Amino acid sequence: MSVATAERVIEFRDALREAMSEEMRKDKRVFLLGEEVAEYNGAYKVSKGMLDEFGAKRVIDTPISESGFSGMAIGAAMRGLRPIVEFMSWSFSLVAADPILNNAAKMLYMSGGQFGCPIVFRGNNGAGGQLASTHSWCVESMYANIPGLKMAIPYDAYDAKGLLKTAIQDDNPVFFLESERLLSTTCHVPEEEYTVPFGQAIVRRAGTDCTIISFGRPLHFCLKAAGELAKEGIECEVVDGRTIRPLDIDSMVESVRKTNACVIVDQSWSFASIGSEIAAQIHAICFDDLDNRVYRVHSDDVPTPYAHNLEQAYLPNARKICEAVRQATYNV
Amino acid sequence: MTNLLTIDMNMTNTDTNTAADMESIEIRKDQLQLTPAAVPDKGVLLGFLRQMLLIREFEVRTMQAYQNRLIGGFCHIYIGQEAIAVGTIAAVNPDDPIVLAYRDHGHALARGMDPKYCMAEMFGRIGGCAKGKGGSMHMFDADHYLYGGHGIVGAQTPLGAGLAFATKYEDEVINGGKSNHVTLCYMGDGALNQGCFYEAMNLASLQDLPVIFVLENNRYSMGTSIERGTSMAHDLRVKSEAHGIHHAIVDGKNVISTYQDFSSIADWCREESRPFFVEAQTYRYKGHSMSDPRKYRTREEEANEESKDCIDILENFLMEEHDVTQDSVKQMARQVKAQVLQAVEWAKNSPEAPIEELYTDVYTDVWGPYLGTSKPEMLRGEGSEQ
Repeated sequence: MSVATAERVIEFRDALREAMSEEMRKDKRVFLLGEEVAEYNGAYKVSKGMLDEFGAKRVIDTPISESGFSGMAIGAAMRGLRPIVEFMSWSFSLVAADPILNNAAKMLYMSGGQFGCPIVFRGNNGAGGQLASTHSWCVESMYANIPGLKMAIPYDAYDAKGLLKTAIQDDNPVFFLESERLLSTTCHVPEEEYTVPFGQAIVRRAGTDCTIISFGRPLHFCLKAAGELAKEGIECEVVDGRTIRPLDIDSMVESVRKTNACVIVDQSWSFASIGSEIAAQIHAICFDDLDNRVYRVHSDDVPTPYAHNLEQAYLPNARKICEAVRQATYNV
Repeated sequence: MTNLLTIDMNMTNTDTNTAADMESIEIRKDQLQLTPAAVPDKGVLLGFLRQMLLIREFEVRTMQAYQNRLIGGFCHIYIGQEAIAVGTIAAVNPDDPIVLAYRDHGHALARGMDPKYCMAEMFGRIGGCAKGKGGSMHMFDADHYLYGGHGIVGAQTPLGAGLAFATKYEDEVINGGKSNHVTLCYMGDGALNQGCFYEAMNLASLQDLPVIFVLENNRYSMGTSIERGTSMAHDLRVKSEAHGIHHAIVDGKNVISTYQDFSSIADWCREESRPFFVEAQTYRYKGHSMSDPRKYRTREEEANEESKDCIDILENFLMEEHDVTQDSVKQMARQVKAQVLQAVEWAKNSPEAPIEELYTDVYTDVWGPYLGTSKPEMLRGEGSEQ
């Protein structure tokens, strides 16, 4: 890797745009549509400048009708086009539940292998900061229940670009869950083309005492907690799952077999969640390896509150993760 | 038979507005006048008759098979509405996409799907068009540009807009030419009350999408008459006018005029790259599904509608205008019956899907428990000697 490349640092939102633009330059079948993606340059400036480069036929402003434009994009994908649908927020995907879950996820199966759906739905997921309950949805647990779709949750700008390029190239529907709170974060992203494959977790911090498994934004809280716990002599291994479908349970198991303790941090509600699913799988596979039961950190089981102090109390944070790790490692 | 098809974009509903209202409403004058296509020749009309007889016989055998428990789940019978599928599909090119609701057997046959694949699908056999994974409501045929029957009321309307978006994008952006396709998106009157239909119309109008929303108005959404379920049921023009989409009514019991009117509408949509909303007035003879006792309507109403049968209308026209004999029609009916009985036999003999099929077609690629995807026999052209 050249020095110049190593120095290139860009924002998460720029990485998303690079992924889309590179794929659109390579493949005319790829296009972007969504609310405010074109003339407004994106509600969060992810698609800034793309209208100028690709024109209004490939960067398409839609009215506020998620059900309609999601369904329209799915119809286009059935013909072999490769739409990228931007949801301003995944919270708004709920009004498009029928097309994205019934049509996109099941089309290949329902048609007996005749019509696939190569489409990416992407946008902000999770609490953005005092947006209250209807605008703070974490959809991963709810949507991960559905076979036929893939789901990726990037942790930083590098993964945002690499995973999104993989998503666009995939022949299946991909739910791509970004975080408004990460869009301005920066990291090294090489100039050279690369992709990040689905189904390959990565260890963000190595450790020997407790495995912490998470996805996306809460990983930053996990790493903060791991730093604090290290001062207490507890060395955590933080595993970023990267994709939920496919789920790289093997890498998670490998880590748990080393640490014999496991905490899962999942920003969605605890009941029937990603956290409960991974805990069940770890319990089933690592039953003889665990020194304690798996502990889980979730958002509280209530609608997301508006008030700043209540919202902060509600979300996963480093303090809650530290407490869970101390419990899991009998350091209480 | 209409000589001039007048599509009225006039906002005023003359049936209900008083003279005082008329004076206070600004009347728009943007009427569109299209000339219907010529009456097709005898050979084409005999083809229509054969297709309509085929669909009716197929549906009779479908009901029989359902009663014999060879078919499960929900099953919706098309008898009475055959002229719409036949007349509209004949009016477009074979590679113009079509997408359907769940009363879809007739359209699949009219589009050219071999009846045996359609029947095997309902029997839940591997030889079905979707390998038995979709059933009665989900007829797909990629070779015939049939993008599925869809079971959720109205869900196919944004898909129809999307297929039109795709053909336009392919024609203009990928191939650098002029938009040259038109998509047919069928719907029942129940779909008039789903929000996604209005979103689909809005998008189709904004994006200049060449899609025809074909409303098969059989007057009942399950057991709810259109008057009870749809506001402005007496004047459905308003549904599309709100989106600046032209509207026309065709006689869905007359396959000839349906074809004539629809041909000129489809040509206009293709040429102008604009959407259209066509109401085909019809009646379904049977219940909503196989379990419907039809207590919401009278037997007199049914008898009256059945006395204006679409197959009788075409038969009478052929006998009067083209000297077609009763005997030749009967012979055609016998041929069609034999074809359908063969399809039933083929479906019965088609094996059940191997259990591995549970895990195919979930994803295109192989990972975890998933086994990738494969095309159904229908597209591979196997067993086509039958």
